[in-house]
Parts: sequence; C-alpha cells; structure tokens
Amino acid sequence: MNILMAVLLLGGLALAAGIVLAVASRVFHVEGDPMMERIDAVLPQTQCGQCGYPGCKPYATAVASGEADVNKCVPGGERAMLAIADLMGVPPKEVEEEAAPPMLAYIREDECIGCTLCIKACPVDAIIGAPKQYHTVVESHCTGCTLCVEPCPVDCIDMLSKPEVLEEWTWSAPGKASLVKLEGDSDARVA
Amino acid sequence: MPGLLERLGGLFGGGVDLRSLISPGGFPGGVHPAQMKITAASPIVQSPLPPQLILPLKQHIGQICIPIVEVGDHVLRGQKVARSQGYVSAPVHAPTSGTVLAIEEHAVPHPSGMGRQCMIIEPDGLDEADQSMPSLCDYLDEDPAIIRERIRLSGIVGLGGAVFPTFIKMLRDQRHPIETVILNGVECEPFLTCDHRVMLEHGDSVVRGLNVIMHAVAAKGGIIAIEDNKPDAVDAMREAIARAGFEANIEVRVLPTRYPQGGEKQLIQAVTGRQVPAGKLPLHIGVICQNVGTAKAIHDAVCMGKPLTERVVTISGDAVPHPANICARIGTPMPFLLAQCGLRDLSGVRLIHGGPMMGERLPRMNVPMVKSTNGILAMRAESLYSENAQEEPCIRCGHCVEVCPVGLVPNELAWHCRNDQFDRGQEYDLFDCIECGCCSYVCPSHIPLVHYFRYAKGQVAHIEKERAFAELSKARSEARDNRLAREQAERAARRSKVRKSGAAEAAADASDDTEAGTSGAESGEKAS
Repeated sequence: MNILMAVLLLGGLALAAGIVLAVASRVFHVEGDPMMERIDAVLPQTQCGQCGYPGCKPYATAVASGEADVNKCVPGGERAMLAIADLMGVPPKEVEEEAAPPMLAYIREDECIGCTLCIKACPVDAIIGAPKQYHTVVESHCTGCTLCVEPCPVDCIDMLSKPEVLEEWTWSAPGKASLVKLEGDSDARVA
Repeated sequence: MPGLLERLGGLFGGGVDLRSLISPGGFPGGVHPAQMKITAASPIVQSPLPPQLILPLKQHIGQICIPIVEVGDHVLRGQKVARSQGYVSAPVHAPTSGTVLAIEEHAVPHPSGMGRQCMIIEPDGLDEADQSMPSLCDYLDEDPAIIRERIRLSGIVGLGGAVFPTFIKMLRDQRHPIETVILNGVECEPFLTCDHRVMLEHGDSVVRGLNVIMHAVAAKGGIIAIEDNKPDAVDAMREAIARAGFEANIEVRVLPTRYPQGGEKQLIQAVTGRQVPAGKLPLHIGVICQNVGTAKAIHDAVCMGKPLTERVVTISGDAVPHPANICARIGTPMPFLLAQCGLRDLSGVRLIHGGPMMGERLPRMNVPMVKSTNGILAMRAESLYSENAQEEPCIRCGHCVEVCPVGLVPNELAWHCRNDQFDRGQEYDLFDCIECGCCSYVCPSHIPLVHYFRYAKGQVAHIEKERAFAELSKARSEARDNRLAREQAERAARRSKVRKSGAAEAAADASDDTEAGTSGAESGEKAS
C-alpha cells in the first residue's frame, strides 16, 4: 500500500512538473535563436563574406550551432573574436587574417556602363543607379566589403582607403609609436 | 561625516587621514604647481596685422560653419564670413578688412596635426570695420532674447579654453531659474596671465559684461571669483564694481590658490559649496559660469556692436626670450606671434596650446591662434617632462587618488584603460575625468595617467560609432534580404500563375498560345 502511495505521489508530481514545463515552454517561447542574435550583435555587419559564410547572420548562426570557429570574422578583428568566444564560453583563438584598413568603394562614373551588377552585389544597398545610368556609391552607407569589385565587367570600381578626418581622430595609447610627427626639428618655418 | 571618515581612516592603518581629502567648502584634491606667471606684470600689447590670417571654419564645440563669402571677395572687419549650421555652433567673422585668398584645408592647432577647412584672408591694412551691427547700450531695456541672439551672431564662445557656444548657456529657463552668475577669473594654469591682465586693464568691460549676462538670465547675484595670488586683480575688480555702482549684487570672492580651481564644476563647488552632479550642467543647480574674457567679449558685442575677432593670448615658456600678453586677431599664425616675442628659430622647440597642465602639444608649427587659444607656450624639448620621463610601474602610493578633484581612483582606472577594458573603465567613471592632469603631475612613477584616459575615452567613442554603423548596416542588409525574398516569392507566384493559365488555355484551345508564350518569356527574363 505504502509503495503504491509513493509511486502515485511521485508519478503525480512528475506529471504536474511535466505539465508546468510544457506550458512554460509555450508561454515563454523565444522566437529565433538567442545565441545567434547575441553573436550577430557583436559582428561588424560589413556582410563581406570573408568568414566563408554569405553574411554576418549566417556566420552567427554557424557559430551558435558550433559549426564554425570563433575566429573567422576578419574585419571584426580581435575584439569581435574575444566577444564571441566569451559568449560561446570557448577559449579564444588567434584571428588568422589581419583586417585591411577601412576602405570605401568608389565608382569611376565616366567608365560605368550602367549594368547594375554592382548594385545587385552590394549587401547593404549602398550603390544607387538604374540600368544604362551611372551608378554611384553612397559613402555613408558603404561598409568597404569589396563585393562589388568582382562583378563589374569594366573594372571601374576602386577601393579607396577611408580618408582620415580630424573629427574622428582619437588619442593613441601612451608608449605606442605615435603617428603624429613633430615638426619642431626638421621643417620649422617662420611665417 | 567627519566621524565616519575618521573611522574609515582608522581601518586603513590609522596613518591615512581621509578628512584631508575633502576640504571645507571646496572641491577635494588639487595640487599646487609652480606658478611661473612671468608675464603677470606685462601689459597687453596690440599685435600688428600679419601678412595672412588663417581662419579655421570651426573654432568651437559643435558643427563646422559654412563659408558665405567667395574666394576673391573683399571683407570688412567683423563681417560674418561663415554661418553656423545646427544649434551647437558659432559663426566666424573676418578679423580685419582684406581679400579672401582661399578656402582650403590648413593645419589647425590640434594634437593630431591634421588640417581642417580654413579661410585665408590677406589684410589690406586699412582695418575697415563693418558697422552694420548697432550697439545695444541700453541693454537693460532690451529683451533677453535679443541679447542672446546678439551673442550668438557675434560668434562668442567660452574663451577659457572649452569654446562652448556661449548663447546656449544664456537661456531663461522656467524649470531651472539661474540664481548666480559666476565669473571665472581664477586662471589656475601655470604660465597663463591673459585673464589676469584683462581684469586689470578691462575691468569696466568685464563688470558690464557680467551685468549683461545677469540681465540675460535674470540672475540676482554675480560673483567674480579670483585666486589670492592675484591681489591686484581683486582690487581692480572691486574698484570697477564700485565705479559701475553694482556693489549691491556683484561681489568679488577671493579663493585660496589651488589647481584646478578654474574647472567649471570645481569653481562652482568652491564658491557655492554645492556639487554639480555627474552628467548634469551647472544650470541644473541654478548657476552659470563664464570666463572673464568671455564677459569682456559679451560687453564688446552687446554694448559696442563688435563681434569676436580678437583675444588676449599669453606667449610664454622657457624658449621665449621676451614673454608677453598679446592682443591679437583670431587667425594670426603662431610663428608670427612668437617672432614678436623674440623667438624666430623654432628648431628644438615644442609648442603647447594652452597651459602646461591641460594644454596639448602641437605637432605643427604654422598654425593660427583660434578662439580657444589662451596661451601659447614654447618650451625647449629637453625641458618637456612628458618627452623625457620614462613610465615605470605603479607603486600604489595613492597620491593620484588624493589629488583627484572629482574623487576618481586614477591608478585603477589607468590599469583598465591600459588593458583596453573599457567597460571596467566606465564602471570607474572614466567619463567624469576632467583631464586636469593632477594625477599625472604627482605620479612618482611618471605614468601618463591622463593620456591613458584620453586614449580610453577616444576608444569608447570609436567603438560606439562603429556599433551605430553596424546597426545601420544590419538594418540595410536585412531590408535587402527581405526585399529579395519578397521578389522571389512574387516571381514564383507569377510563374505558377502563368503555368496554370497556360495549361488551362492549352486544354481549352491551342490557338491562343501566343499570349502565354510572351508572358512566359517575360517571366523567364525576370527570373534570370
């Protein structure tokens, strides 16, 4: 009798717990993969494909499922790698390729034939134009991913290094080789 | 409070008196660097006009101005040559009459050594003034909004060095009524004496300028704060107040000399005993603070109709044979000013823009003086501490903690900044640092603490900017993916429709196949 009571009691508890869990999984259901979202949020969103995946979100999905390594994002560099490794709880890995300095695509308009192939290739819709019309790159939207260079049949797209402007200048760390050259010793001039 | 501090001090081995960290009625910490005010007794001399004036189109915190004159145009002194865009901005005026030679990029006084859009003006030597702005002598009868607009149009910014557009502070706000206007005549930086000389020689303008500010913000009281190392300035200001008959509502407050008492929040704490909370403005506690030079510029703009085209600069430093206080036109090249003080050969010399504690070393020599230039120090490279000191490990002496005027823990903060742990740095209130340099000054291991904080602040701003750009790119990329998916779905729908209708028509009648053929070709073309 006692055994029957114990079995019923435990079985009943297990059933109740199961129902609670089943309800909770419905009520608190999260759409999508939260880990993928969090990894996607630390990626630089250049959509450049240097990781071997067609964009940042596919790479984030691959990392979240454990399929891809954490060190594949080239433009994200060490900072993105450390953030992903931290999220995934795996040891950090050296980023193999060094990121190129920030670049912008530039279309030499007098050579453009208006084929729209670069417009189709741009992952962030940063190129405007229409068939048989000149195309141009919207500077403020270009991520410098270089994906538009390859499809151009007349090779009229250049990747230019992003101009350094005073507003975006920041102090370099103390002790690091300073890029600022002092004028005091060489070409001191008196106006 | 003192009892608690005593007990806390006891916990740390008894030797530390934490009460010494909070001085009564003042801000904590601070240092007493050698004053080096060698130009304190030199009267202001007027600089001649240079052969060319280089006028940067941005000399304030905020957005760059847009030129409104063209190359080749003749301009008059005080004529507006670039208009402000956006709210936080101040227009630029021609410093003298002459011809606009070029509008191009030129080196500006900035630690990066980079250039910015500048207007180059060749003076014609006549110095004709633009008389179009009438003076508002009876400013007490004017609407404060008109005075505020006049200050905005005159291009006046904070001349203490922060160059924040002044008109923004001059707001009558019902939620934050201003009780007191504090004029900052502290000038706590070593070497600099321009504010000191302005108080001595233009005392009446300063007092009247303060009165204009008080009227504009409807403040009842005005306080002119001066450190006790300038007794002559104290007397001069008291006399000027008596001459103007403002004894009832303007007073001079003499403060014990301590660096960085001239910092806005530090001065307010020293004068009123109240702290401006982190992330808030002085107006939130009913105070506004202006530099004495700004007050003079306000007087000139309102009472004399003269926009900001000149200012007083201290030229000093151990490489300068004849240090001086010079009143020069904005845009005068620095080598031209140094030559007037006897320094012509700039080899082996380092230029510092501002004072020795907070100023920035300039990598380029041929730069103009701007609205923020309160001092130009020419130092011999061998006497420059930052170039010759070797950074050594922190010995945890805690001097930096004792002297920090905002109560930060600079050694811990620098540790996080050095290791690029900017989140931890922000937990240690990185952005409350005013970069006064007290911690670097006292550090026995010569750690450039402020440099670490400037580095970290820049990196945080950079990371935030990248983050914002990534968000934008992500949104654009997602919108594109959605559009492609939608287009594909539409194409698929059209194709299946064509196939269905084609099949139906073929079953009904084989004669009507031309239409299906064309639409099939059309959808095929689109699919490619």
